Amino acid sequence: MGEVIVITSGKGGVGKTTTTANIGTALASMGYKVVLLDTDIGLRNLDVVMGLENRIVYDLVDAANGHCRLKQALIRDKRFEHLVLLPAAQTKDKTAVTVDQMKKLCRELKEEFDYVLIDCPAGIEQGFRNAIAGAEKAVVVTTPEVAAVRDADRIIGLLEASELKNPRLIINRIRPVMVKKGDMMDINDMIDILAIDLLGVVPEDESIVVSTNRGEPAVLDANSWAGRAYRNIARRIAGEHVPLISLELEETLFGKLKKLLGFRS
Amino acid sequence: MDLFSKLMGKDVPSSKNVAKERLRLVLVHDRSNVSPQLLECLKEDMLKVIANYMEIDKNGTEVSLNTDEKSVALVANIPVIKIHRLTSRTSL
Repeated sequence: MGEVIVITSGKGGVGKTTTTANIGTALASMGYKVVLLDTDIGLRNLDVVMGLENRIVYDLVDAANGHCRLKQALIRDKRFEHLVLLPAAQTKDKTAVTVDQMKKLCRELKEEFDYVLIDCPAGIEQGFRNAIAGAEKAVVVTTPEVAAVRDADRIIGLLEASELKNPRLIINRIRPVMVKKGDMMDINDMIDILAIDLLGVVPEDESIVVSTNRGEPAVLDANSWAGRAYRNIARRIAGEHVPLISLELEETLFGKLKKLLGFRS
Repeated sequence: MDLFSKLMGKDVPSSKNVAKERLRLVLVHDRSNVSPQLLECLKEDMLKVIANYMEIDKNGTEVSLNTDEKSVALVANIPVIKIHRLTSRTSL
């Protein structure tokens, strides 16, 4: 019996879809059977981030309403045999599925898969309620910005008011140089404010743009810094103890100079 | 604060501290909006503690959060009926 995890944030544009794609791909690369569920009906994106947009025949709404068998709507990933996507419908809206349908869908999927990862839409309305309906665990993604942290706080309140206790936090797009200068909130500031457990930290990384352009999640790129952070997060979800990656890797000119001169920091 | 402004002796708060302070305030407001039950729990707990020291009018008690732009205050209006003699507790 698998685990159903919703990935949510409140605010849009903080990296929910990228996070879902990368964690899912990383878990699949570790050998787990994974299904990614895009619940952003009307604004689907997980398919393009995964590079699977050309393979869609049926979608979440078709499967929920019985227009097709659930298996027919699952799109096999190009790279991993046991990784599949259930895409959102693009021409309908959030009311096209109900909370009960979502619960049933999640129940069926977790029989088959080790991890059911749900990409939640932005906002706190019907789409959010649908996305969390069948979930057993929640991951809250935020960025070190006032608006994103505020919305994360609201989402954490709503999750805890539902059955989803103890959501875990991913801090995305952190910029170590700015943190060092005191111009960006650091990890401790944000944990202090939001008062939930940290699941991982992902640095701002241009390789995410490149990998999204190509439709290949960054975890597949051994050189991607953000990809490494996501691989660590996936291992933590699987129960491994993995320390946070060092945010000091982004070298300053001064740091490079010190290394050239033989000083090790 | 960067080195330059340190040298210039300017005392500009770093923007992260500005962000933290603004978030702290905004979250107190946000969180206070959703908590009539929480206030009721708080009131019950407060009354239990206060009852150790004085007799109060439970029905006349009001607890609320008063907010203005800069701050949020917890205001409790608790009518006192009788105060126990303090010596009786210090001797415990």
